[in-house]
Amino acid sequence: MPAHSPSLLSAHQLTCIREERILFEHLNLTINCGDIIQVEGPNGAGKTSLLRILAGLSQPYEGQVHFNEIAINDEREFYNQNLLYIGHLAGIKGEMTAQENLEFALSLSGLDAFTAEQTLNQVDLLGFEDALASHLSAGQHRRIALAKLWQSKAPVWILDEPFTAIDKNGVKKLEQLMVNHAKNGGCVILTTHQDLSIDKNLYKKVTLEYRFF
Amino acid sequence: MNKRNDIAIEIKASLSYKEAFMLIFKRDLTIAFRHKDDILNPLLFFIIVITLFPLGIGPESNTLAKIAPGIIWVAALLSTLLSLDRLFKSDYLDGSLEQMLLSPHPLFIIVLGKVIAHWCLTGLPIIFIAPLLGLLLHLEENSYSALMLTLLIGTPILSFLGAIGVALTVGIKKGGVLLSLLVLPLYIPVLIFATSAIDTAAMNLPYSGQLAIIGALLIGSITLSPFAVSAALKVSTN
Amino acid sequence: MWKWLHPYANPEVSYHFAGRLIPWFSKLTFILLFIGIVWALLFVPADYQQGNSFRIFYLHVPAAILSMSIYVAMAIAALSSLVWQIKLADASAAAMAPVGAVFTAIALITGAAWGRPTWGTWWIWDARLTSELILLFLYLGVIALHNAFEDKTLSGKAAGILALVGVVNIPIIKYSVEWWNTLHQGSTVSKLGAPSMASSMYWPFLVCFIGFICFVTWIICLRFRNEILARNAMRAWVRDLVNNTEVK
Repeated sequence: MPAHSPSLLSAHQLTCIREERILFEHLNLTINCGDIIQVEGPNGAGKTSLLRILAGLSQPYEGQVHFNEIAINDEREFYNQNLLYIGHLAGIKGEMTAQENLEFALSLSGLDAFTAEQTLNQVDLLGFEDALASHLSAGQHRRIALAKLWQSKAPVWILDEPFTAIDKNGVKKLEQLMVNHAKNGGCVILTTHQDLSIDKNLYKKVTLEYRFF
Repeated sequence: MNKRNDIAIEIKASLSYKEAFMLIFKRDLTIAFRHKDDILNPLLFFIIVITLFPLGIGPESNTLAKIAPGIIWVAALLSTLLSLDRLFKSDYLDGSLEQMLLSPHPLFIIVLGKVIAHWCLTGLPIIFIAPLLGLLLHLEENSYSALMLTLLIGTPILSFLGAIGVALTVGIKKGGVLLSLLVLPLYIPVLIFATSAIDTAAMNLPYSGQLAIIGALLIGSITLSPFAVSAALKVSTN
Repeated sequence: MWKWLHPYANPEVSYHFAGRLIPWFSKLTFILLFIGIVWALLFVPADYQQGNSFRIFYLHVPAAILSMSIYVAMAIAALSSLVWQIKLADASAAAMAPVGAVFTAIALITGAAWGRPTWGTWWIWDARLTSELILLFLYLGVIALHNAFEDKTLSGKAAGILALVGVVNIPIIKYSVEWWNTLHQGSTVSKLGAPSMASSMYWPFLVCFIGFICFVTWIICLRFRNEILARNAMRAWVRDLVNNTEVK
């Protein structure tokens, strides 16, 4: 890797150990503007662990993650402004309505909350904005969580299984959104068990092997 | 060469601490008010524990008056402990906590908002109901103002210190018993100074010294505990 | 400036270093404690006030001092692990916690045993005893947290945060308990605990104390090595080590 490459996000020598098992060791990864990267591998290979380390939620056993050539642990708030992470869990409160949930999620990321209603339209939840989230399905929860993608200005998107519980139409929309995001200079790192239906040239794969020790 | 810098967003000035605080604070209150059991149950626990003491010790008013400050404060400690789980547990389980950790707002402010919301939902009701329970326990008349003041300054400390324990145990499946082991020893100074302030007031002596110490503990816990809570949350969500 | 320390951040180097310390400290422990205890129990004259019961101080006082020093040492280890991300510091904190808890328990039990003939009761809500009891609770909390997580690194960090919170609180707890104690009963009782020692009593005490320090260091070195092995079980050098010892 040349030192002056315009890498947006880079991982150096990452080692991750969980319950005394080495998931991956000395992993290097460079993600440039415009990349869509699909992390694949069998269950338990460390896909989620890798994504959480890249998001800064977990600390690697060894190694560092750099955003814009700055270690993410040194400039936490700066990185958080440039990051959108959606994990396995939707983070939706059953006691709040769909709109309140989205408004909170947007404000928490420092975005404008008043766009919440029109964003719900994008994920086909118009008409549900005043329904308590506890009355909605798992797929609808997921859609509320994903609705942030339409408003986000952050260049780095890290999505852990974003298509879970989403119907075919929704998946198409999301893929289109990712392609557009990459075209605008952002990057997307995602895991999914389905194959992406977008053009092979548009995305790269990173494969993690299952290791027994 | 600056291709990479175009895409990165610089820190916006619009993120104000006050807005972030109010955002979290209002959200937690909204959730609690739509789920009223969480507010009522610790309060009922507080009342029931206190009514058990006269039944166990006997109705003699002198004895009750003597132990009333201790009983009320121990019951307040226990009911706070019972309510602590709500502080981070459900947010941890549904993934909201992750989003808060990844928020561009400083974690310190988020923790502050959550803990103060917790105090409003558990500490404040206790303060309102305490004089009534003092009446049941024949608390000395001079002691009421001291009881109210110590509860007002002391219960936020319970929330702040408890937040550390709950942040440490939120990732553990059966963290409830462990939580009490971690948190209760830390509550001892508050208990000692609060009950002694009430006792002193009963003797018609000035108790401002004890209040000042509880106040110092409060300032200390407000400034230091959010750092410990932030560090503990990062470990727990790892 | 700290360059000479760097090799010790490697688990393998530290493992062997601790291994080299063990025989020295074990020998010193046996020699010093043998001399100290024989001297203290057989040759030191009995106290004119307390008779022979004061001799338990040769066990009680070192245990009490060590119980607090080990907690502080553990907190320092926890701090260096959290601030400088030194993984071995976690292992050393984990090694120290149970040792400290046992010494706190010894201090409490010997204190109670001494209190029986002196005060006529096993337990008294004396400020020192009470704060020692709370210290035991703090230790038990740290140990429980060490065992609560599946992942050793996480449990080390969590227990480290608790140890640091505890070390901030210990002076506050100690002060408040003392204050509470003087408020509720006369302070005469605790005065008995601090006699000015005659030199004939002092020298055997010093020998015993240093003996106990060696003992603690020895045990901590043993536990430290185990912690390193447990944390690095998947490393090649640990597997080599295990295979080699089996061959021998």
